[in-house]
Amino acid sequence: MYDYKWPYPLEYDKEEIINADVLVLGGGIAGCMAAIAAARAGQKVVLVEKGATKRSGAGGSGCDHWESAATNPCSKVTPEELTQAMLHDNEGFNNGISHYIECREGYDRLLDIEKMGGKIRDTEDEFVGAEFRDDETKLMFAYDYENRFTLRIWGTTFKPAMYKELKRLGVNIVNRVMVTSLLTEGGAQGARCVGATGIHTRTGKFYIFNAKASIICMSRPSRVWLFSAELPGLCEFRPPQCVGDGHAMGWRAGAEFTMMEKSVRAEFSAAGRSYPPYGAGNNHNTWYAASIIDSRGKEIPYADRDGNILTDVKDRFRPARGQKFFMKGGSIDYPKYEIEGPETLPFSKMIEQGYKLPFYADLTALPEEERRVIWGMMVGQEGKTNVPIYKNYTKEGFDPSKHVLQCYGTGWTSASFLPQERQLFGLPGGFFNDWTLSTNIQGLYVAGDALYASNCYGHAATTGYYAGRHAAKYAIVNDLIQWDTQQVEKEKARVYAPLKNEPHNSIGWKELNMAIAKTMQNYCGEVKYDDLLKIGLARLKEYEEKIIPQTFAYNPHELVRLLEVSNILTVSQIIMEASLARKISVDALCFKRGDAIEDDSSKDKLIVIRQQENEVIKREVPVDFFGDLKENYEKYNQDYIRGDRS
Amino acid sequence: MMEMPAANPIIFDKGKCIGCNRCMEICQVDIFLPNPEKGKPPIVAYPGECWYCGCCVMECPVEGAIELRHPLMNRVHWVEKKLLLEQANK
Ligand SMILES: Cc1cc2nc3c(=O)[nH]c(=O)nc-3n(C[C@H](O)[C@H](O)[C@H](O)COP(=O)(O)OP(=O)(O)OC[C@H]3O[C@@H](n4cnc5c(N)ncnc54)[C@H](O)[C@@H]3O)c2cc1C
Ligand code: SF4
Ligand code: SF4
Repeated sequence: MYDYKWPYPLEYDKEEIINADVLVLGGGIAGCMAAIAAARAGQKVVLVEKGATKRSGAGGSGCDHWESAATNPCSKVTPEELTQAMLHDNEGFNNGISHYIECREGYDRLLDIEKMGGKIRDTEDEFVGAEFRDDETKLMFAYDYENRFTLRIWGTTFKPAMYKELKRLGVNIVNRVMVTSLLTEGGAQGARCVGATGIHTRTGKFYIFNAKASIICMSRPSRVWLFSAELPGLCEFRPPQCVGDGHAMGWRAGAEFTMMEKSVRAEFSAAGRSYPPYGAGNNHNTWYAASIIDSRGKEIPYADRDGNILTDVKDRFRPARGQKFFMKGGSIDYPKYEIEGPETLPFSKMIEQGYKLPFYADLTALPEEERRVIWGMMVGQEGKTNVPIYKNYTKEGFDPSKHVLQCYGTGWTSASFLPQERQLFGLPGGFFNDWTLSTNIQGLYVAGDALYASNCYGHAATTGYYAGRHAAKYAIVNDLIQWDTQQVEKEKARVYAPLKNEPHNSIGWKELNMAIAKTMQNYCGEVKYDDLLKIGLARLKEYEEKIIPQTFAYNPHELVRLLEVSNILTVSQIIMEASLARKISVDALCFKRGDAIEDDSSKDKLIVIRQQENEVIKREVPVDFFGDLKENYEKYNQDYIRGDRS
Repeated sequence: MMEMPAANPIIFDKGKCIGCNRCMEICQVDIFLPNPEKGKPPIVAYPGECWYCGCCVMECPVEGAIELRHPLMNRVHWVEKKLLLEQANK
């Protein structure tokens, strides 16, 4: 504990009330784009962000590739083809609605962001003539150079551009406020959403936001199984203040969730078990298609999906014979044959053949423009790479034409986690949505990584904008309803309770987070059993009833951290409940049961759960409940297609 | 007294920093506190919570006033390819 005085005024007893037509909760990629859309539709918009909107969120520092922009002028695939491939790749356990929106509107949003000041083309002509560049439009592509639906972009410029646009549009940006709960009509669970509450992260002041429509844009949970008390900022992949607050408050308000039983063995963090993302030797994502060599300089061959060795570097960017297109990027971990792209031969095979460890990523022998686009553009524009990787490594003498970068562990993640160390990664569960990106709660919309089976920057930007549009429509035809005073008073009592406890015998946020993570590893690890899940759930309940009342925080900053851990506790309960509800193993959900039942009628159903008066209500929905993609999209978006809105 | 942190992510050059607090205001995790002495670099109050995104450095108006440093265990190794090949041929 440091020993200086808290420098900000303490305002625990103060209250501020802010009204809006559309209230946006979270100022990351989805939140900014949602606020922009709603403001353009003429609505009075308030955006609440826990950090600093200009750079907040997973994509705040940058982003190097924008996936699935199927309507860009060079694309050879349609939005329908791409979405179908994503659905098929996950055996249907994917969000058809949100990914169709991503494919259909992605390029519109890129043009939009370009107008705001973001850089989406090689305007400086740095890569003229490169195979990945279209010299007419100056757009640059990644991965599949023939089909051209994923763009390389200068993502460090995007968030500041959005921030400028928000200000231009007169959006009321409320930074440094943590949203703590949703307000519902009459304070009833499941009733219409009429706003939210929050507390200031520096002063502790209480906020009441009253709105006609609200949009959840607070991303997805983290720190459920993984925690490091020494380096909490590095124990997960996403920013440490993004822990699933939105999920927790949504659950308390009665919102529906699906696929929350899905978790994967952790792949990515930056604490003990892994190395800095994009900063160690690998050939995925940002680093595709770097060569990989062994410690004697011998190259690991790339092969296509049929095992044919690719001798020309150019073949790493082409579909295999008879293949329409291949997919790479953030959401594709273990692709199905249909979309499987070129890959280096498997690690185990290389060891058998006598290749010597460690391996290294080698850009030295790549064509010059491939080297330059990986080191200098992708590494440089990708999140968390500009300063800590590109600038720092360069300063320390790394030269991509001479040096090779060491790989750690056995795969592209440069990490080695245990099976029970799990993460909501890839396409995890989240809020259940309809074709307007509304939740089951009236007036409550959701966008970005908070949606079930969601991932990626372009997806967040497009669903954000889409939810902003639809929330605006709702706000136009509905009145502002006053919040329930009792509900607000109860929330106030909850958030400030820890301040009353004594520091010397209380429990702090780190101790509680550590306990939750251990409980989840033990009772809800790789293989699930009803018996264990039930005891685990009872442990979590104990924490809620007996430990939360003993917690303590020194100042508003630590109070926020503590409230986050309360939310992690709620999220852990959702995950346990969802796991209990799923009685059989489902590969597509990375869900393994040690005590599976015989009846497998739920194998292609989404299990949708919500809370109602402390009961968990479940229903099953076919994975393709959203119907025909194109037809439904067009049914709900005629005004957008016509270009009605400004 | 202060407990030894597990890492020191942020290093200020006191001679260059003008104490404008822009790094502090951009940090989404809010790991800094303003220095009680005006014109001095912010205080790194919560070093363990740093996400190592680099936004504070990107925002700083003075080249070299602030540096972001990965924890020692996360510093990655590289080697000249020429050396690997020479060793292999030995
Ligand atoms: C290092 C890195 C690199 C990436 N690179 C790529 C890439 O190249 N291409 C790609 O497609 N995707 C990439 N991604 C993923 C992409 O950035 C995310 O999918 C995207 O940012 C999700 O958008 P979002 O708006 O849902 O969440 P975020 O952008 O993370 O925003 C969530 C916001 O909610 C705020 N918030 C959370 N809780 C509260 C609360 N209680 N009150 C108020 N505010 C709150 C947070 O502070 C945050 O600003 C990358 C991610 C990371 C971490
Ligand atoms: S690197 Fe990012 S998280 Fe760390 S202090 Fe700088 S802005 Fe904050
Ligand atoms: S932004 Fe730079 S100059 Fe300003 S306080 Fe931070 S380190 Fe000092």
